[in-house]
Amino acid sequence: MSGHHHDHDHDNHFTSIEARVKALESLMVEKGYVDPAALDAIVETYETRVGPRNGARVVARAWTDPDYAQRLKADGTAAVAELGYGGRGGEHIVACFNTPDEHNLIVCTLCSCYPWPVLGLPPVWYKSPPYRAKTVIDPRGTLADFGVTLPEGQRVRVWDSTAETRFIVIPMRPAGTEGWSEDKLAAIVNRDSMIGTGLPRPEDAP
Amino acid sequence: MNSAHDLGGQMAFGPVLPEPGEPVFHGDWEKRVLAINVAAGAMGAWSIDEIRHARESLPPAQYLSSTYYEIWLAALDRILVEHGFLTQEELASGKPVPQRREPKRVLKGEDVPAVLRRGFPYEREAPGPAKFAVGDRVRTAVMHPQHHTRLPRYARGKQGVIERVTGCHVFPDTGAQRQPEVAQWLYTVVFTGRELWGRDADPTSTVSIEAWESYLEPA
Repeated sequence: MSGHHHDHDHDNHFTSIEARVKALESLMVEKGYVDPAALDAIVETYETRVGPRNGARVVARAWTDPDYAQRLKADGTAAVAELGYGGRGGEHIVACFNTPDEHNLIVCTLCSCYPWPVLGLPPVWYKSPPYRAKTVIDPRGTLADFGVTLPEGQRVRVWDSTAETRFIVIPMRPAGTEGWSEDKLAAIVNRDSMIGTGLPRPEDAP
Repeated sequence: MNSAHDLGGQMAFGPVLPEPGEPVFHGDWEKRVLAINVAAGAMGAWSIDEIRHARESLPPAQYLSSTYYEIWLAALDRILVEHGFLTQEELASGKPVPQRREPKRVLKGEDVPAVLRRGFPYEREAPGPAKFAVGDRVRTAVMHPQHHTRLPRYARGKQGVIERVTGCHVFPDTGAQRQPEVAQWLYTVVFTGRELWGRDADPTSTVSIEAWESYLEPA
C-alpha cells in the first residue's frame, strides 16, 4: 500500500481518484450535508495544529515532573488534557511507560487506530499490511525494520488497539540529558519513540 | 467478519518501509477524504463501528491493494448510499438529484475546533458490576461472526490475564449492525507470545488486546 503512489499508473490513477473525490465533495456540499468551511477547518487542524509535537510535550513533562508522570500513569486522558490535548481519535488515552525490563509497541491490526490528539494522523506504514501483520507475531522483526535492537533481557509488550482506547508510549529518558529544559527534552522525543518503533535521540537536541 | 482487514500474524507482506519525508497528505484528495469522512460522520447517521464494517466489507483484493484513504473513500461512498444520502447514479454522474435525506445535524465550520476537542467519548454508565478483576485468567471466545467484531482472529480461543479494567464502553459488534447502543465492560487482556503463536514464538514478548466482556469467559 505504501508504494502505491509510485506505481506506473501514477497520473491516471490520481486523476481518476481526484475526480471522484471532487465529485463527492461537491455532491455533499450541494445537498447540504457538509459545510465547506468545516472541511477546510478539519484539514487545517490536522495539517498544522495536531501532531507529534503534542505527544513530545507530554513525554517531556513526564520526564521532568514525577507527579505529572504518576497522574499520566493513573489516567492518561486527564493528564494529556492538562496540557490542552484530547478529543477526536483520542477520547480515552493510556500511557505505556517503557522500563529497563519492558519496551512497549503500539499497533492496530484491524484498522488504523492511533492517538490523533497527541501524535496527529498516522504515517502510511502504520496503516499498511506489513506493520499490522508482523508486529503482533514478530515484534522484534518489526523493530529491526526500523533499525532498533533492544538491550538483552528487555521484553517486548505489544498493544493491539482493538477498542477506542488509544496508546502512547512514554520512552525512557536517555542518559546524559540531566538538567535539560522541558523544551530541549521535547525536541528529542520523535514520533516513532511514542509508537515504540524508535527511541529518543539526544543528538536531535537543538 | 473474517476478511482482509484482520491482518495480525499474516505473512509475506515484506518489511515495514517508512516512506522518505513522510508527507501527512499525498495530494489534496487525501485531505478532502479525511475532511469529508470526519464531517459526514458528524451528521450522526452511523457509528464508528458501522463505517469500520463498511471498510472491512470491501473485497479482500481491493482492500489489500488500496491505500488507506482509498479504503475510506470506498466505504464512504457505500455508507452514504446505504443510508439514503446519495444514490449510485449521483456518485457516477456527479450530478445531484433533488431528493435528499435530512441529516440530524451538520457540522459548521465555526464549531469544528470545539467538536474535535470534545471528540466522541465511548465510555458509558455501567449497567452492572464488572465480571472480571485484574489478575483473573480468562479465555477468549472462538467465534467467526459474519458481522463486525473487534476480537481479532489471532486472539480467539486463547488464554490470557486481565491487566486493566477500562470501564464500560460501547459494544462494537452490535453497534455496527445498527442495533441500539449497548455498553459492556472493557478489559486489557495480556497473552504470552507462546499462547498466541505456539512453540516457535518469541518467549520474551507479550501481546494485549482490548476485549469486551462478552468476548471472555473464566479460564
